Amino acid sequence: MAPENPSHPSENDLPYVLILKPPPSFVILGDHFFNSTKFRFLKAYESPLPLAHFLLAHAQSVQAILSSGGAPVTADTIRLMPLLRLVVTTSQGLNHIDLSECRRRGIVVASAGTIYSADCADSVVALLIDVLRKVSAADRFVKQGLWSSQGEYPLGSKLGGKRVGIVGLGSIGSEVAKRLEAFGCSISYNSRKKKPFCSYPFYLNVRELAANCDALIICCALTDETHHLINKEVLSALGKDGVIINIARGPIMDEKELVRCLVEGEIRGAGLDVFEHEPDVPNELFALDNVVMSPHNAVFTWESFEDLRKLVVGNLEAFFSNEPLLTPVVLDDQPHFSG
Amino acid sequence: MESIGVLMVCPMNSYLEHELEKRFNLFRFWTVPEKSAFLATNKNSIRAVVGNSSAGADAELIEVLPKLEIVASFSVGLDKIDLAKCKEKGIRVTNTPDVLTDDVADLAIGLMLAVLRKLCESDRYVRSGKWKKGDYRLTTKFTGKKVGIIGLGRIGMAVAKRAEAFSCPISYYSRTEKPEIKYKYYPGVVELAANCDILVVACSLTEETLHIINREVIDALGPKGVLINVGRGPHVDEPELVSALVERRLGGAGLDVFEHEPEVPEELFGLDNLVLLPHVGSGTVETRQAMADLVIGNLEAHFLNKPLLTPVV
Repeated sequence: MAPENPSHPSENDLPYVLILKPPPSFVILGDHFFNSTKFRFLKAYESPLPLAHFLLAHAQSVQAILSSGGAPVTADTIRLMPLLRLVVTTSQGLNHIDLSECRRRGIVVASAGTIYSADCADSVVALLIDVLRKVSAADRFVKQGLWSSQGEYPLGSKLGGKRVGIVGLGSIGSEVAKRLEAFGCSISYNSRKKKPFCSYPFYLNVRELAANCDALIICCALTDETHHLINKEVLSALGKDGVIINIARGPIMDEKELVRCLVEGEIRGAGLDVFEHEPDVPNELFALDNVVMSPHNAVFTWESFEDLRKLVVGNLEAFFSNEPLLTPVVLDDQPHFSG
Repeated sequence: MESIGVLMVCPMNSYLEHELEKRFNLFRFWTVPEKSAFLATNKNSIRAVVGNSSAGADAELIEVLPKLEIVASFSVGLDKIDLAKCKEKGIRVTNTPDVLTDDVADLAIGLMLAVLRKLCESDRYVRSGKWKKGDYRLTTKFTGKKVGIIGLGRIGMAVAKRAEAFSCPISYYSRTEKPEIKYKYYPGVVELAANCDILVVACSLTEETLHIINREVIDALGPKGVLINVGRGPHVDEPELVSALVERRLGGAGLDVFEHEPEVPEELFGLDNLVLLPHVGSGTVETRQAMADLVIGNLEAHFLNKPLLTPVV
């Protein structure tokens, strides 16, 4: 048999990347989506073994995990993988990864970076215009044939001149601000720290931000501090004419309280891409015309998925070639989420 | 001024009706069963007509109102007013420019986002419970898409300014090129359509722009292209548009206006690449109040012999 060319190893020599559950892109586009000639996937979800057994039997020399929002990387998983050095996630959020355990073990995390920021910001603007101008509700009205019988549609509210309060002025929050300024909105924000070189008014307290804006936009990460950040007090401060948009994470809002406020008319409306217990959505919202809901798809565009493909493959190939990662996360900066 | 007869041709805004009633002798034309008889009886007291995008003052109406001095439109569009006849008879005409520019431009962008990102369909998906069975499919990114604007007036420029914040390259077609504008000019609508992803109708409706969106333009825009109409229904050859959408020769559309409002072709109701709105371009509490105040302000100015606020003729 001819000797193998060392620069073209056979499939069987390729390093493994563990996948616990198929990421959304596998489900929508097929499990070849992140294929590469430099690594292969170890699909835990294709095994009948319980996860702990599977990891003990098959993942003892695996160095990398490809995670997604629905495939959390817990301390238990990490502890069963002695050679784990890298977690790559397809999601924007990091709340499903035990960052403390990663930091303790020296495991590097590679994120989605800023590839999703434009699509997320576009979703925010889409939801905000829809809620204020009743786009989805009016589309239903026309498509049910009601325009000819019921006549003029109720008036909406002008976006121009509205005060927009952004919770979390990271990459997504900044893209939101840039877009909404073009519509004549004024921007203010709340963040863990005031941003230097940023001229938007800063509020240290989310309740105060809510009291001083007409549209509250949630763009922050889910952490122990931001869990149920948007609570009764904040919603009350937002008030009857206020609108809330959430494209971040469901648990940042006290969903029961939000539903109560919407049902009782204590806020003007809401645009929601995320919920506390996806894919379950509180039934009370289905009867409301002043709520616009989307199935956690703020980044689900062909373009973002292609950008993701390049990024994930790029990060994994760089790792296995001992080259710098494309989007490493600085773990010291990241607050923890206990889950 | 209470003896001055003002004929409002169709219902448009209760605040406006209320305010006009305080100042003038308001006739609500739509409540009159015998219109010809009514006009014959009241023609000498009617000195003003208030119209909107649905109905205005055509030659026929102008002819039967010998004392008509001013037509004040609760709209910026003038296509329901016989401007030539008004000029001929020395009748003043006013509209409501500027106050509705932002709302119409906002809605144009809202339609683009809703069509490309399938927002209304996503909302339907959640409400129907389908999300429990799986994710909704991928949609098309809006940021960076090429936006082509027909008519670079107040509304067209406002659309351009907003789209630029999404890094959309802007191009346009206008009766004449505007050298001071940095956007790319195309001397024809077909060429514009062939070179953009999203085509927006933002011009006024005139004889020249009737059916400006025809089969040729739709074909040039193509199966990935999206048409947004915040102008007037008759800008678009509606049967051509309907067949293009049903046959998927056009990628999608966001329509706020139709040829025969409030009738909308039912073949469009089941398509998932369409957003259909009931002519709500200026439909906010804030803007309709500002429009009403302009109508009232123009009428008051006229009857007090002061300069009109927003004259067209």
